[in-house]
Amino acid sequence: MAAPSFTAAKFLAPVAARSGGERAPPLPATGAGFARPRRGAQQQQTRLRTALAVSSDVLAGNKAAQAASGQPAVTREEALELYEDMVLGRVFEDMCAQMYYRGKMFGFVHLYNGQEAVSTGFIKLLNQADCVVSTYRDHVHALSKGVPARSVMAELFGKATGCCRGQGGSMHMFSAPHNLLGGFAFIGEGIPVATGAAFAAKYRHEVLKQSSPDGLDVTLAFFGDGTCNNGQFFECLNMAQLWRLPIVFVVENNLWAIGMSHIRATSDPEIYKKGPAFGMPGVHVDGMDVLKVREVAKEAIERARRGEGPTLVECETYRFRGHSLADPDELRKPDEKSHYAARDPITALKKYIIEQNLATEPELKSIEKKIDDVVEEAVEFADASPHPPRSQLLENVFADPKGFGIGPDGKYRCEDPKFTQGTAQV
Amino acid sequence: MAAASSLHAAAPAATPCRAGITSTPVARSVRVATAAARPGAGRGRLVARAAVAAKGDAPSCAAASNSDGHELLLFEALREGLIEEMKSDPTVCVFGEDVGHYGGSYKVTKGLAEMFGDLRVLDTPIAENSFTGMGVGAAMKGLRPVVEGMNMGFLLLAYNQISNNCGMLHYTSGGQFKIPLVIRGPGGVGRQLGAEHSQRLESYFQSIPGLQMVACSTAYNAKGLMKAAIRSENPVVLFEHVLLYNLKGKIPDEEYVLCLEEAEMVRPGEHVTILTYSRMRYHVMQAAKTLVNEGYDPEVIDIRSLKPFDLHTIGNSIKKTHRVLIVEECMRTGGIGASLRSAIIDNFWDYLDAPIMCLSSQDVPTPYAGTLEDATVVQPAQIVAAVEQLCQ
Repeated sequence: MAAPSFTAAKFLAPVAARSGGERAPPLPATGAGFARPRRGAQQQQTRLRTALAVSSDVLAGNKAAQAASGQPAVTREEALELYEDMVLGRVFEDMCAQMYYRGKMFGFVHLYNGQEAVSTGFIKLLNQADCVVSTYRDHVHALSKGVPARSVMAELFGKATGCCRGQGGSMHMFSAPHNLLGGFAFIGEGIPVATGAAFAAKYRHEVLKQSSPDGLDVTLAFFGDGTCNNGQFFECLNMAQLWRLPIVFVVENNLWAIGMSHIRATSDPEIYKKGPAFGMPGVHVDGMDVLKVREVAKEAIERARRGEGPTLVECETYRFRGHSLADPDELRKPDEKSHYAARDPITALKKYIIEQNLATEPELKSIEKKIDDVVEEAVEFADASPHPPRSQLLENVFADPKGFGIGPDGKYRCEDPKFTQGTAQV
Repeated sequence: MAAASSLHAAAPAATPCRAGITSTPVARSVRVATAAARPGAGRGRLVARAAVAAKGDAPSCAAASNSDGHELLLFEALREGLIEEMKSDPTVCVFGEDVGHYGGSYKVTKGLAEMFGDLRVLDTPIAENSFTGMGVGAAMKGLRPVVEGMNMGFLLLAYNQISNNCGMLHYTSGGQFKIPLVIRGPGGVGRQLGAEHSQRLESYFQSIPGLQMVACSTAYNAKGLMKAAIRSENPVVLFEHVLLYNLKGKIPDEEYVLCLEEAEMVRPGEHVTILTYSRMRYHVMQAAKTLVNEGYDPEVIDIRSLKPFDLHTIGNSIKKTHRVLIVEECMRTGGIGASLRSAIIDNFWDYLDAPIMCLSSQDVPTPYAGTLEDATVVQPAQIVAAVEQLCQ
């Protein structure tokens, strides 16, 4: 049974037209507008109507669509940046799988293979001051935001040189210099944090009068289809729109929670339509096509920067691997997997770059080689890095270690030398 | 002899407050902190620890200070502390239901929205988990939110955010982000508010690593703890009590901040150490009147810091009296008393002449009926009986 095949455009098939059961009817290929909020809020017409050079169905070789626009949607530099970022995401995650099976990392590791277009398409548009909040499937968001591969790998190996000193692990990637605000294990619990970061951006502008010429700092919240049935999602859609916070809610709809298909879990599976219910635009985009994602992302991010408020973007995407490395992935049907494998975003971009003469095959190969080296080096670095010493155990429980309290001798606990050795009883 | 602590204003951040033992007489003096000259300066560094000592039966009053001080109700003291911090630091803001235009359901934020605007005093929709999480995210990005639970019980809905993000995020991020959040609100058993509005969340939150918890009980410590909590770089839960908001008290005119980790000596004594906090302090002091008439000399300590415990003040008392009674409003099972008992056994076993007694509320959902409600919480008569038994 094939998954519902979305195309680049949003679709307006009403819920009633669905025949029930797991399959949604095939959807019209014609572009449609943003699902608009009912009240007459100003919404810009979809830019996607104007021809994008890249059609979603790259394999069909839709040359006509490509010929329709005179120029590529990206410059050579941009295309190569996008390509390199997606390849980094893919090679890194493949290396994680290897390292996991070799016993270098443990626990729950959730890989992003197949979804690279979403991370790259959105995050490469951000500034350093913009924030990203993710879920447990966060390695590639970290890489796209600029966290060095070696820091992420060392964190996964649980080493002291990891971006979180080995204390967070796969599901808790944080980086203050890169404004990566996590890495969260419970789905949905990052969305309020993202909403708070966006609130802080608005507060800085309106209360502290710290303004940037670019506009408000934007926050992106990434989460999946399963999260869209969770209360925190809806609560934050409401608050973000209420206060017009500079946030973009990015749904990575890969159609499956662990073993629960999105269709089986959701009364109305068309997530993007839930945006207008709260008064914000809801956009659906082909998440296997980085250029389409980027186009939508550009608009949503600019809206937020201008202070016009949040956007809900639903990216249809797919994870090539199981939910986590512990998931046998037996429920998903082979033809669904092969359908999406054929839409591999990296293959699609590569094809586009070559056909548009933005770069040559050897140039792309050299990028791939460079990334292989980066990831190899990351593993070597992580391997060679030390494990956290015992003395690290208590260091970051409190920002102010007076929080451990006053001991019987009248001194603060944290002044006890054994405390810093990690051997004190708290 | 009551042990007193010498007070230090620690100038560099690296040197925390020190508690030392000196043998000075009963009353501790109030050292008053001067206000930070500029916002952000001296954050978390300058803390004057002050305790109130009154060898008498009345609830403690503000100790000697340079001026007469002024009298106000506990909720006004909280409000005063909040306003002072919001004036001196523009990153301090308030989130909560009806904190803004309504002025707060217990008037702690009355007038603040007019003073500071709707963004700094944010009226939230009814979505505790999400607005608490918003507080976390805002704190990570440099703000200092004060999140109000209209009733502490409502914060059960925010447990996900309080445990996973407030408590743990500083750690899981390897120390990269701090969460200087204050979570506050009224809890405890009121007057026939019904089971769900009568909860004691300190029991549930105490296990969360990375969180500090304090409970205020007088106008004086309410203001001091509010300010300390806001200035702390750690997430702090400030427990207020529904029945104490209208308590009158005198507080200094000068600015002061209390120490989050310290307990408060309410009534020095010799025969038994009574450890209590929040509203039960008043039941204890009422029992103390009877006990004094019967010839007992109880030492009453308001532990104030529910997590961590001030083992110094508590320990010094136990070393003197050798007998401990804990009086709390938490339920028997898993309450603050249970943890306190455990900590005392671990640290002061050799000094005990009798088993530690703990009076807690019954493990019962608080009934609506007044007579039954009275029976679920500890009453002064039980405290008297317990001391009589302990001191046999």
